[in-house]
Amino acid sequence: MTKQPILTADNVHLFYGEFEALHGISLSFFKNEITALIGPSGCGKSTFLRTLNRMNDLIPHVKITGTIKKEGQDIYAPSMDVTQLRKEVGMVFQQPNPFPFSIYDNVVYGLRLAGVRDKQVLDQAVETSLKQAAVWDDVKDKLHKSALALSGGQQQRVCIARVLAVHPDIILMDEPTSALDPISSSKVEDVLVELRQQYTIIIVTHNMQQASRISDRTAFFLQGDLIEYNQTKAIFLNPQQQATEDYLSGRFG
Amino acid sequence: MNAKKWDKISTLTLYTIAGIIVMILATLLIYILVQGLPHVSWHFLTTPAKAFQSGGGISIQLFNSFYLLILSMLISVPLALGAGIWLSEYAPNNWLTSVIRTAIEILSSLPSIVVGLFGFLVFVVQCHLGFSILSGALALTIFNLPLLTRNIEDALRSVDAAQREAGLALGLSRWETVVHVVIPAALPGILTGIILCAGRVFGEAAALIFTAGQSAPPLDFTNWNPFKITSPLNPMRPAETLAVHIWKINAEGIMPDAEAVSAGSSAVLVLAVLIFNIIARWVGNHIYRKMTAK
Repeated sequence: MTKQPILTADNVHLFYGEFEALHGISLSFFKNEITALIGPSGCGKSTFLRTLNRMNDLIPHVKITGTIKKEGQDIYAPSMDVTQLRKEVGMVFQQPNPFPFSIYDNVVYGLRLAGVRDKQVLDQAVETSLKQAAVWDDVKDKLHKSALALSGGQQQRVCIARVLAVHPDIILMDEPTSALDPISSSKVEDVLVELRQQYTIIIVTHNMQQASRISDRTAFFLQGDLIEYNQTKAIFLNPQQQATEDYLSGRFG
Repeated sequence: MNAKKWDKISTLTLYTIAGIIVMILATLLIYILVQGLPHVSWHFLTTPAKAFQSGGGISIQLFNSFYLLILSMLISVPLALGAGIWLSEYAPNNWLTSVIRTAIEILSSLPSIVVGLFGFLVFVVQCHLGFSILSGALALTIFNLPLLTRNIEDALRSVDAAQREAGLALGLSRWETVVHVVIPAALPGILTGIILCAGRVFGEAAALIFTAGQSAPPLDFTNWNPFKITSPLNPMRPAETLAVHIWKINAEGIMPDAEAVSAGSSAVLVLAVLIFNIIARWVGNHIYRKMTAK
């Protein structure tokens, strides 16, 4: 392994009050790769994902120990600017959550708030981001219509475009296709594979086929522990742990 | 009896109840309008009231009502917005917050005459504001704040948590998320709350009798300097509103056409609230549509 990790978690514990949801997770993510986090419901994979852009900060009584470093910088350091972190580490959620505004306004939201006013720049960003998210052809004639009028799959791709417009390095995805039909899901998957060339993607998924189709590495979580982490091929073809094998062959979860 | 029959019976019952409510409202409305509208004329709307003769109008009272409404809304909306945002977005879930919530609930059930007497003691007497539009506006703010705060808080709360997450995940600060995501999404609900409160304020009499006063000194509608006592904009002048006027002429009106003036004023009051609601809704929808591109 000669690649430098872009994001490294070291012995991360997370407590909801007294309950320990993550028991010391150590995991490195690599640039321009898709890493899949898999495991049964409640195994802590989403919780772990949300530590990476500090979305868990919002939940009261959450305590996190251990370190998470992005390119050497501790993201939980007191000096860390959380809003800046979240610009660099974008997130796409399980339920498509476009704002109740026009498609155009959704995509340029982050840019406008960052102070970009130049219409040409914004127009360009809208087109580029929507093209990258493979939804441009669907929406180019109705950019000023409400994003809520789109189908779920289109909404999800607009949400991806909204994240892309602020140029993050890393994109976190929390089961981005689980609320979508199979055709929409496969479109989103195609988008992810394309995006890998420019971004680092970490995706939580329930769908093992999806993990095996698109990811470079896979981490298997179980009850708050990281059981196994390896190249996706190795995990699926030759799992080292009994629990991984049992889960992948559908014996539980 | 089977489920199907019960279903029919309950549906019918609900329709009946709804029908009764609509009937009561419609009857009231028609009664007020039929009684009052024949007395309403341009002359009636633009002439000052007369205390002893017939033929008086309601021009000053009508103006006072609108002025007081605007002034009290200018004070109460920002306060309620602030309180609503704090309660829905920032308030920690502890005993202090629940004490504040309970206090707001109790305040919202305060009888308006109590608010009026409180306003009289505090604003009119203690603060030396006298019987004035300002005292009235402050009393109405107290009357208004609890419900308006509650309305705004509910409207903000009903915005999906996923919207907030989307904003925060984009790197917006909490405040930016509130201002640029949550409030726009909650705008229709907030506007409804404001409109309802405006209607209450417009029709309120008890809270104003001892604060804005029961007299309507003559106004010079050509003088818009708010520091002149005859100026319509002067907030320190006593100002009888339309609702107080109706109460007063029914209680002690000695003009020969008191009944007609009262009926006409009531019709104007009802119509004004109606028109105000329609315009406010139209403006609200327009803003919302423009923002959400629907």
